[in-house]
Amino acid sequence: MITEYQNIFNQVQVRGPAEMGTDDYGTLMEDRTKSATFSSLFGWFANAQLGPINLGMAGVVSLASGLIWLNIIGFNMLAQVDWSIPEFIRQLFWLALEPPSPEYGLSMPPLNDGGWYIIASFFLLFSVMAWWYRSWQLAAEQKMGKHVFWAFGSAIWLFLVLGLFRPVLMGSWSEAVPYGIFAHLDWTTAFSIRYGNLYYNPFHCLSIVFLYGSALLFAMHGGTILAVTRYGGDRELEQIVDRGTATERAALFWRWTMGFNATMEGIHRWAWWFAVLTPITGGIGILLTGTVVDNWFIWAQEHYFAPTYDGAYGYEAYGTYQDFIGKE
Amino acid sequence: MNLDKFVKFPEWFGDWNKNNPTDIYGPIIVMGALGTAVIAVIALFSLGQPFATDSMQTGPRGIGMSVPEFKSDLAKPDPGIATLDEIGDLDGDIIAAMQAWTGIPNLFEDPDSYQYAVGAMMIAMTQNINENWDGHVNANAEVGVTCYTCHRGQPVPSEIWFSIVPVVDRMDGWAAIQNRATSLSQSTSLPSDALESYLLDTQTIGVHDLESRVAGVPGQNDYPGIQHAERTYSLMNYFANSLGVNCVFCHNSRAFYDAGQVTPQWATASLGILMVQELNNDYIVPAGALLPEERLGPRNGDEPKVACKTCHKGYQQPLQGTNVIGDWAQLQSTEGAIELP
Repeated sequence: MITEYQNIFNQVQVRGPAEMGTDDYGTLMEDRTKSATFSSLFGWFANAQLGPINLGMAGVVSLASGLIWLNIIGFNMLAQVDWSIPEFIRQLFWLALEPPSPEYGLSMPPLNDGGWYIIASFFLLFSVMAWWYRSWQLAAEQKMGKHVFWAFGSAIWLFLVLGLFRPVLMGSWSEAVPYGIFAHLDWTTAFSIRYGNLYYNPFHCLSIVFLYGSALLFAMHGGTILAVTRYGGDRELEQIVDRGTATERAALFWRWTMGFNATMEGIHRWAWWFAVLTPITGGIGILLTGTVVDNWFIWAQEHYFAPTYDGAYGYEAYGTYQDFIGKE
Repeated sequence: MNLDKFVKFPEWFGDWNKNNPTDIYGPIIVMGALGTAVIAVIALFSLGQPFATDSMQTGPRGIGMSVPEFKSDLAKPDPGIATLDEIGDLDGDIIAAMQAWTGIPNLFEDPDSYQYAVGAMMIAMTQNINENWDGHVNANAEVGVTCYTCHRGQPVPSEIWFSIVPVVDRMDGWAAIQNRATSLSQSTSLPSDALESYLLDTQTIGVHDLESRVAGVPGQNDYPGIQHAERTYSLMNYFANSLGVNCVFCHNSRAFYDAGQVTPQWATASLGILMVQELNNDYIVPAGALLPEERLGPRNGDEPKVACKTCHKGYQQPLQGTNVIGDWAQLQSTEGAIELP
């Protein structure tokens, strides 16, 4: 039987000696774990090789401070249910570590009214920044571009807007997002309602365009490459510098479809920019809310992109409750 | 599968199978899926949609403004209507009627009992509602209210409420009043103090700015913060559950605050908010002072209070718009005279 190599749910796992990576100066092994193993389970989904991992000092710091952040939240939640593990599990989705109440402004509140939130947030900031630095460091060691670093930075921009820049501009930590499953969803809804419907925020619109656009581009690109894999199209790097029949066919397909096609290299720039612009535009939209615009629906009406009805609502024609319940 | 273990087949049968390998699983899956689909479609057409819904239009077409209900629910009338019919008009005996409505058989027989004093205040409240809150109660048709509207034959009406905050003892401020699934948070993690803030205390429910830019710092000079919006949202969840409706029963959800886009029900509900504030502060809480301890709130020892659901019980109109006042002129206005024994 002829087997096929597939990318998700591999039926065949290609295994040679573990790939340990480049080590031009004989120094890279200092930061790495020494050996690599293979996992059939990992192999079903992606590469079967596990390790070596290069955690580095930044990674250790990041994981440690992230763990402190998580534990502060967890122990706050546990204290809220009087240290009862069953209650902690039962109410986990409802529990939260809330930001300070509004009356404290930007000052340090008591521990049980947002103080722990401020402390936890400090560790989260440290953790995220250390991980961000690590994504630069690892790329530098490999002499790679810093595209992942900047992409992660765009997510950090949104994160900082939500938890740091906007609360500071608003003059109150109470505007920050609570740490809790339902609580942060409540925050999201309340944020939109409070500021007059975020759907009329043009940067929110842009963010949605790039988010959904990312998914669409991902599907188009993934579909295209899988479809020309039989002609070697999955060897994208070779196809970029030496265009073969796979690229020709893929490009022709899209030109037939919409008269226009990305290039083998350019499609990755499309994908990167769509992904990166999602949190960049979203962050701008959040930052403007409450600081520059307080009611987005009214703002949208003032700028002529929220439609108004002609006023002929016709309520008298809608039918009565008595009719609805069949009592008429 | 080796069938030889169970049955001895002739040799040619095994040979034939071996020489004619056939993939039976593919066709089985395809035929199974197709067959199931065909049966499901036939069942849908012959038996009908098992969860059929109907909807009541509440706003201009094409923007999703409607209140949906399962047809099976619409077919079931409020059970309180049948109970009210059983009680009947009792030949116009208002005392007997009040005893039946409240489920207190000896009501107004003992002048020293607390029910006597509370009952007298409740009569005054009922008369006040019928006379002065006509705009809310009789917004659609003359229906009025009596003791039965809330009590439904029970000495303590269902859907009364008590203060339950703080719900998180170890926290302070806003963290102490939310993030717990309670009856007053409608099982959400929203604040549990919405009813006491807006329907007992009379804090501002609206959180919107009516201009595109209004400078302010959350929590200062009445500039509402995110938490205020969450508390309002908690109240709105209560409204929706109390009446069995959704946001667009009263609002055009694209602009919740805009009085130019609300439905006629919004005005009725706004009157209802004012009415409940008056009932709680002028009648219910003062009457609560007469109650024995076991009738007070389990958390804070406060008086039982009313809100939308105490009358509505999950329906758009209490008792689905049944006229309960028609036979009882004594309760229709504050002029009505009821001779207590």
